[in-house]
Amino acid sequence: MYGKGLRALSISTVAVMTAALALVFFYAPLEAEQGFLQKIFYVHVPLAIVALCGFVAGGIMAIQHLRTRDPSWDMRSYVAIHMSLIFGVGTLITGSIWAKGSWGHWWVWDEPTLVSFLIVFLLYATYQPLRFAIEDPERQARYASVFAITAGAFVPLNFIAVRLSTAYVHPRVLGGTSNLPAPMALTFVVSLVAIALLYTTLCKYELTAKHARAQLRALRRRLAGEGAAAAPVRKGRSAAPTTLRPAAMMTARATGKDGI
Amino acid sequence: MRRTVGALLRKELLVELRTLESVPGMSLFAVTTFVVFHFALNRNVVDGDLAAGILWVTLLFAAILGINRLFVADAEEGGFDGFLLAPVDRSAMLLAKAVTLLAYLLVLELVAVPAFALLLLGPPLGQALPGLLGVLALGDLGVAAIGTLVAALAVRTRARDLLGPLLALPLLVPIVIGGARASSPVLASAHHGGPSARWLLTLGLYDLVFGLIAYALFDFLLED
Repeated sequence: MYGKGLRALSISTVAVMTAALALVFFYAPLEAEQGFLQKIFYVHVPLAIVALCGFVAGGIMAIQHLRTRDPSWDMRSYVAIHMSLIFGVGTLITGSIWAKGSWGHWWVWDEPTLVSFLIVFLLYATYQPLRFAIEDPERQARYASVFAITAGAFVPLNFIAVRLSTAYVHPRVLGGTSNLPAPMALTFVVSLVAIALLYTTLCKYELTAKHARAQLRALRRRLAGEGAAAAPVRKGRSAAPTTLRPAAMMTARATGKDGI
Repeated sequence: MRRTVGALLRKELLVELRTLESVPGMSLFAVTTFVVFHFALNRNVVDGDLAAGILWVTLLFAAILGINRLFVADAEEGGFDGFLLAPVDRSAMLLAKAVTLLAYLLVLELVAVPAFALLLLGPPLGQALPGLLGVLALGDLGVAAIGTLVAALAVRTRARDLLGPLLALPLLVPIVIGGARASSPVLASAHHGGPSARWLLTLGLYDLVFGLIAYALFDFLLED
């Protein structure tokens, strides 16, 4: 169900990533002030943009979940936020490296984008603990969706508030692509597309894996006998939703019957 | 709707008056925190930015004590079940709880702000009070909206004492930014004017947006 088109997506991701890296290292000119260090911009900013868009997308998927009550939307929302958190760690690390290189400190408070990203990241870091702390899968999905929507709305608001709070904004490359020279802008756009594709591919992989595992579990349970189909056993520590919809269970059963 | 909210509100305030679980604890916590700040900063008087920061951090943490306890009785003693059995709009509970929290915060500030003026604040309270009241009122509205939503989200989880503050603090950061920035000129020794309109507007908009979000999402937290 989720595996369709995965191969094409993976190949295009690898291709665009390669193109982006080639552009970054061989095509984009060295920046006059920062030199080679400025190249981290092509990783850091796309990571941040994709992570934030992922957080907001997770909120929109959560709205879908609350509207349709379809657990697969909760799964999508979970995967989007989970992957954004990983990209967020990457953003904070690359941001710190960049700050150390250009200003001599690992952390600077007068960079509003960095500060608001940290606040957003700290908020989303409680998403997984929240899921862990609720036993009932249906309620877990509902509460997680409420959280995802609130936090998704918080993302832009927080950026506005923090940006207002800093007296001055660094008029540097972060100011958007409009003040970039053309080769740099092209490289940046290709990098952004590459990171966005990477995000989509990783999300799709995770969704496919989760779906396949749920189906496998259902089939195994069926093999063990209908009577043993009581509580889903959760293996390992994961806050991922263990949603196997009744419908999916039916298809799993049907295919199992066909097989026999 | 109004009757339901009124009934719920009466019940909340009656419970609080009889048990005195939240408000005295919050007020005492705030006063103690001022003493802690005195020793931690080694300052006898503060003003300006520092005063605004101390006041807002103290109020925020005291508010979190109240937020943590806001729904505990309902979760443990079957208040949710009783409410869900009644044929009333569920948003009534949100409204009643938010107004309850707002009342808690007002009483807290009635104690904490004079205590702050007495213990730490350099410039006299009289000149700061008119500006401060507006900022505090706007901040309280936001804390009430966010606090009620977060409290409802956290109360029926296993680690509610931990999750409540963890969820609430990042969401309240913009309120601290707005509140502290708006009240720092009011609390400065060389008094210059009231709080800037920009920050009051930011606070007001944030309150409005989170009020709407809480209103839209609260029903989903009360389904079972």
